[in-house]
Amino acid sequence: MAQTQSGAEGMQSLPALLHRNATQLGDAPAYREKDFGIWQCWSWAETAAEIRSIALGFLEIGVEKGDHIAVIGRNRPAHYWSMVAAQMVGAVPVPLYQDAVAEEMAYVLEHCGAKFVVCGDQEQVDKVIEIQENLHQIKHILYTEKRGMRKYDHSQMNALDDIKAEGSAGHQRFDAELEKRIAAIAYDDTCVMLYTSGTTGKPKGVVLSNRNVIESAKNSAEFDNLTRNEDILSYLPMAWVGDFIFSIGQAYWCGFCVNCPESADTMMTDLREIGPTYFFAPPRVFETQLTNVMIRMEDAGKLKRNMFHHFMAHAKKVGGLLLDGKPVGFGDRLKYALGNLLVYGPLKDTLGYGRFRVGYTAGEAIGPEIFDFYRSLGINLKQLYGQTEATVFITVQPDGEVRADTVGVPAPDVELKIDDTGEIHYRSPGVFVEYYNNPDSTASTKDAEGWVATGDAGFIEEGSGHLRIIDRAKDVGKMADGSMFAPKYVENKLKFYPDILEVVVFGNGKDRCVAFINIDLTAVGNWAERNNVAYASYQELTAHPRVLETIKSHVEEVNKSVAADEMLSGCQVHRFVVLHKELDADDGEMTRTRKVRRGFVEEKFSDIIAALYDGSDKVSTTTEVTYEDGRKGAISATLQIIDAPVVTAVQHKVAAE
Amino acid sequence: MLDSAEGYVTEDGRKIGGVVMEMKNITLRFGGVVAIKDISFDIREGEIRAIIGPNGAGKSSMLNVISGFYVPQEGEVWFHGSKRPPMRPYEVAQQGIARTFQNIALFEGMSVLDNVMTGRLGYMKTNIFQQALWKGKAEAEEVENREAVEKIIDFLEIQHIRKTPVSRLPYGLKKRVELARALAAEPRLLLLDEPMAGMNVEEKEDMSRFILDVNDEFGTTIALIEHDMGVVMDLSDRVVVMDYGRKIGDGTPHEVRNNQEVIDAYLGVSHD
Repeated sequence: MAQTQSGAEGMQSLPALLHRNATQLGDAPAYREKDFGIWQCWSWAETAAEIRSIALGFLEIGVEKGDHIAVIGRNRPAHYWSMVAAQMVGAVPVPLYQDAVAEEMAYVLEHCGAKFVVCGDQEQVDKVIEIQENLHQIKHILYTEKRGMRKYDHSQMNALDDIKAEGSAGHQRFDAELEKRIAAIAYDDTCVMLYTSGTTGKPKGVVLSNRNVIESAKNSAEFDNLTRNEDILSYLPMAWVGDFIFSIGQAYWCGFCVNCPESADTMMTDLREIGPTYFFAPPRVFETQLTNVMIRMEDAGKLKRNMFHHFMAHAKKVGGLLLDGKPVGFGDRLKYALGNLLVYGPLKDTLGYGRFRVGYTAGEAIGPEIFDFYRSLGINLKQLYGQTEATVFITVQPDGEVRADTVGVPAPDVELKIDDTGEIHYRSPGVFVEYYNNPDSTASTKDAEGWVATGDAGFIEEGSGHLRIIDRAKDVGKMADGSMFAPKYVENKLKFYPDILEVVVFGNGKDRCVAFINIDLTAVGNWAERNNVAYASYQELTAHPRVLETIKSHVEEVNKSVAADEMLSGCQVHRFVVLHKELDADDGEMTRTRKVRRGFVEEKFSDIIAALYDGSDKVSTTTEVTYEDGRKGAISATLQIIDAPVVTAVQHKVAAE
Repeated sequence: MLDSAEGYVTEDGRKIGGVVMEMKNITLRFGGVVAIKDISFDIREGEIRAIIGPNGAGKSSMLNVISGFYVPQEGEVWFHGSKRPPMRPYEVAQQGIARTFQNIALFEGMSVLDNVMTGRLGYMKTNIFQQALWKGKAEAEEVENREAVEKIIDFLEIQHIRKTPVSRLPYGLKKRVELARALAAEPRLLLLDEPMAGMNVEEKEDMSRFILDVNDEFGTTIALIEHDMGVVMDLSDRVVVMDYGRKIGDGTPHEVRNNQEVIDAYLGVSHD
């Protein structure tokens, strides 16, 4: 760290860090983007020039101090630059989820009062224009991709490139003003505003200051010894706090390179080409990759397949220990080295993890088997627990103390406490300033001493000091008989099966639990292909008796394991349905970060839940669906309700004896 | 619509130029079968011109006449102000006409990139020996053409299948690759033979957007055959309607839609 953060002490804003990087690391790569089939590269010096010209352009179109500039688009250097350029002119960047439909976006744009919007392409511009019809607050729309934009009314619209050119051309008029605004940025000024995806209610605008972002970036970079030589792949939504911290906060603090994929579809290829040294992904990405590896190994020749299974068994035994620096016998080490040469190395290279030094997964619980698979290959995958309100970091797993079932110890400078109800509270330099224009929510989340309630229930493990999360505090409830109801606990166990994508368990206040299950089309589709099971649609596949049979066996196994935990044995799933559609953010069933909106789902599918409880064996239902372009349609289906075998607590005790 | 020798302005404000291609009294026979009977119409610079009609109306034959693949027994084809003599397909390509096919005609074993590169053949001047040696001129030429191809790959959003063999692609994507190959030739006139055939609604929407964008971005004149009426009416500036080898309508989508003969041909009418 020493080599990179030299001169970073006292840097109080991202523009200041940018200046430091441009002067000290001038020629080092700052951004790469694959375009026209080639990785285009910008050095820190070039980046600083690009950002400056955007900032000048912003002045040209009249951006005032304190204005909000919304940025809607996929991960591209131009969008990251726009955010830093916005900070330079004293404005507040507000990245938005690009896949949000117009009405969702309308709320956020209105709430933050954005006068300027940077759009990725025509699709986003169309949404903003639609919103503008009712909103009338947006003064100027900028767009990065020119295609299809020729015919639009350009009286209040420009390509970002054009205002960049105009700003640079007129730099003599704006230079003094820009310098003045850069100099005026204070440590406690707003750095960025990020909207929480909101599992409940409307999204809230989390205001993060320069202090929040820079302190968090600094602490986390030191924790993992990140240097200027890291390469990261930026593919997660720009509106998500994690992306802001990794791709801007830490990147500017350390001076490492941010790589942007060519398109969302090429992410896996681009990952392989870049081979990031520092990587972040939600569990879903690792699950998908593992599923693909397993599918491809089944298709491989006998020799390869046997070799794979033989060495993977060995990796499972010693790989994790080696990674944690625990003692391992010489023979085992030798065999692991051989495996590395023949299997692990090539496999890591195929996955794009050949240079993987440290990486995190968070957002959801990861299946222990998936987690161990990657770690046994020597991939230093760890877990962290965080929130937008904490500028990501609450707890992280230090090297050598990585386990699948905890989320680690408090991050540097973070204080942690668990209150009487089991809810986790924290206090840190990363704690957000406020919810924008929402003092009530701010007050109910953050107390006068700066402690923030996470809304999650958990406990600190005796001995190790690691935090374990049980569930969302408000989701933890009581069954009718008074025993504890923790849906997430059961859902996660079920979701660890590759053919189950999503699960929602209900049962708060009831005498037994029931569940909705989404199958994973990739895994189940592949299984169907192998077993000559014909199906015409997702819906048909979900209703196939053999699929239902498999899912039932999974539920049965999970029930057994849930029953083993006395505190939670009431949470066994008695009846379930396999839903006819995937839960989707476009239909409001999930947040944009793919967390289930429990209350919404409960209401929307109340007919199915009723049928689950009234003992009927079938339920006919019609569900509204929203297509990508915002139009609505309906699908109807008759769902079969399955009874799953449960282990009664009494029997369990007998069995245990 | 203002119709004159100089062109006209479309409803959405695009300026359409003068006549690019004119078909004068075309008649095409196969033995005793008359596929096209005395048809005349023109295609103007920058417009999207559709040829529609029920099955067997002679649409594909008409497109083959335009592309020079069929030589009509009677009538003349005028291209850019001069009468076109019978010519070989490569000569037609050299004139700046490119096409896609109703039954996809790609090189199945080759990657998408290689397929699209074949569209640039007309721009490659080095001979087989220079290409075998690779260094120097051939390399520079390849780089230059690859750049042009990459722009089209980007334009049609097929980056993710760049290296995928065409045989592994689903139908809708193959259609898009065909369009990419035709565009790689940088045609002045692009002929599309049933670009939406066999596609689902979403694929049709995508393809429509690409056709409009090609026309808008590159200013390419497009002639297309299609029997999905909805798509045609939304997409094209002017429509020729054929039935049993005859032209039964010609005009804007609105005019054609209200033409009694066209309605009869599509909905059927009792001949008593």
